[in-house]
Amino acid sequence: MSAPVLELKNVAKTYRVKQGMFGKPKPLNAVDDVSLSLNRGEVLGLVGESGCGKSTLAKILLGLEEPTSGQVLVDGEAIGGQDRLALARRIQPIFQDPYSSLNPRKTIADIVSLPLRVHGVGDAKSRAKSVRETLELVGLPARVLNTYPSQMSGGQRQRVAIARALIMHPEIVICDEPTSALDVSVQSQILNLLNELRAEFGLTYLFISHDLAVVEHLATRVAVMYLGRIVEEADVGDLFDAPRHPYTRALLNSVLTPDPSLGVPDTQLGSAYPNPISPPSGCHFHPRCPFAETLCKTKAPRPVPRAGGHVECHLHDPDSTMYRPDFTV
Amino acid sequence: MSKDMTKPLLSVRGLTLDIPLARGTLHAVRGIDFDLYRGETLCIVGESGSGKSLTSLAVMGLLDKNIQRSADLMDFDGIELTRASNREMRALRGDRIAMIFQEPMTSLNPAYTIGDQLIEALRLHRSVSRDKARARAVELLEKVGISAAASRLGQYPHQLSGGLRQRVVIAMALMCEPELIIADEPTTALDVTIQAQILRLLVDLTKEMDVAMILITHDLGVVARVADKVGVMYAGELVETGPAAEVFGKPMHPYTRGLLRCIPQPGMTERGGELGTIPGIVPSLIGAVQGCAFRTRCPHASEACGGEIPVRGEQSHRFLCVYADGARSVEGEPA
Repeated sequence: MSAPVLELKNVAKTYRVKQGMFGKPKPLNAVDDVSLSLNRGEVLGLVGESGCGKSTLAKILLGLEEPTSGQVLVDGEAIGGQDRLALARRIQPIFQDPYSSLNPRKTIADIVSLPLRVHGVGDAKSRAKSVRETLELVGLPARVLNTYPSQMSGGQRQRVAIARALIMHPEIVICDEPTSALDVSVQSQILNLLNELRAEFGLTYLFISHDLAVVEHLATRVAVMYLGRIVEEADVGDLFDAPRHPYTRALLNSVLTPDPSLGVPDTQLGSAYPNPISPPSGCHFHPRCPFAETLCKTKAPRPVPRAGGHVECHLHDPDSTMYRPDFTV
Repeated sequence: MSKDMTKPLLSVRGLTLDIPLARGTLHAVRGIDFDLYRGETLCIVGESGSGKSLTSLAVMGLLDKNIQRSADLMDFDGIELTRASNREMRALRGDRIAMIFQEPMTSLNPAYTIGDQLIEALRLHRSVSRDKARARAVELLEKVGISAAASRLGQYPHQLSGGLRQRVVIAMALMCEPELIIADEPTTALDVTIQAQILRLLVDLTKEMDVAMILITHDLGVVARVADKVGVMYAGELVETGPAAEVFGKPMHPYTRGLLRCIPQPGMTERGGELGTIPGIVPSLIGAVQGCAFRTRCPHASEACGGEIPVRGEQSHRFLCVYADGARSVEGEPA
């Protein structure tokens, strides 16, 4: 494989959140020193609970948010120096809710051709041809061209959103919970479509989802995010078959497979997700971790390599007093 | 009140819901039957528009005025719900029948403290002192796993996380020791980790307190882990009902099997492989609906599917299909 198509180097995003009317604004580290790299054709599944910074990271990649520090490189070029339009040619989003992400007053032809018109690509005739081809690609018949989003089902709308994302032939597609709002029978169609399109065009996906079964199915690599940090990252097989971080284990445990012989699992995550404005000291995960020791409260773990990726946990750090090489959770 | 364990707590026969629209009548729920015993959990699973939420609202008597409800029988512990007055229904709701909805923020009043709302839930139906009600509120908040329960009573809903709010809603539902809890997608708005915690809590509490539960969901994983009995709903009908182990172990209706193939199942579905799909869309239920509603999407549809559909299966595990084996043999599934 050549150079990574997408690379994040120590990316951080800090918001200043005001506390009350007279309170001093406090920093909120939504994304905290995230480094990732994605090769062409890979699908990086990004998982974590709400508020962990998944969507902020997606916004940074789309150029909708400026990172406070760090660099995002597309094909080795920093995106900070590029304008939004150039970036939009390379990175396109698909959002969760196909009901709110499509303009209800525009026809499907208008919606799908908008990127072409914004970028001034081709003339009316070639644009119309391109729209028809893209719609066919996502499995929509040409007769929908002059209909409005309100006349379509949820699954059809999500196909329109995918068509709009693909018409500029981007390299990277950011899928933010693309099937969460859909029924299961429709979800599987959209997942199959995303898989086919990736194979056909060598697309690279950042796939954000709370549904770990879906992530396991679609992703080639998985990054687990907790309070703005990637606490574990590995190839999908390594991560799902041998999770190293206790948080990853808890997440995997909470997946409800349709097996009636099993009851509801005990995730052993006692307290609720912490307030990101005042994150716990040391390892952010320690208040919820069943394996936490004193060290976890005082010292933040450093990223250490693991099979197929990295993990941030004292239990896996050879230099730590807590190191347990045989530890598999 | 009698606590007869051999008789169902809730018995529904031929529940039908019609919504008159300008274009004709929408047959949203078309003659469904089920029984629910004390301490039992029935999960009704279906896709959007299948009528599962309307079914739960019909039991609670909370339907919009324009929806016409009829049933041969809707017996809740000897009370015929179809004939109960609004006053009788109000007395039942929140007392013997409790409800838990999807979004905890909308079921809690943002202007009142948690304590006020919990105490009111009890004092509305029981003549107990405020102190007694307060003590019960603290007891239940602890039971649903909320730490420092007494200090939470003075807090407002916005001060709590989504998971905590749903715990408060569950505590509120339990204030009057209900016999039936109807939970409509109680964990859909929550994170997966919190979802597991809340479901575990619901399962433990219903078993411990011998409460019957109807849980409405679209998530087959939730159903498999929580249900004693399953009802698969499609286009206003329960197309398959039975004990969870049987419905998942040997799904008879082609729709049930189709749904199970749509979801990636860790360890069973090939990573990155193709998932099963159910082509087509749910048919319109406006006007006369005849035959099997799934026939437009069913790979085994034949002419007979447009006619009368027989009820198949044994007493506990039933399904609606023209094929005696629900076309299992055609799909190469073991008989």
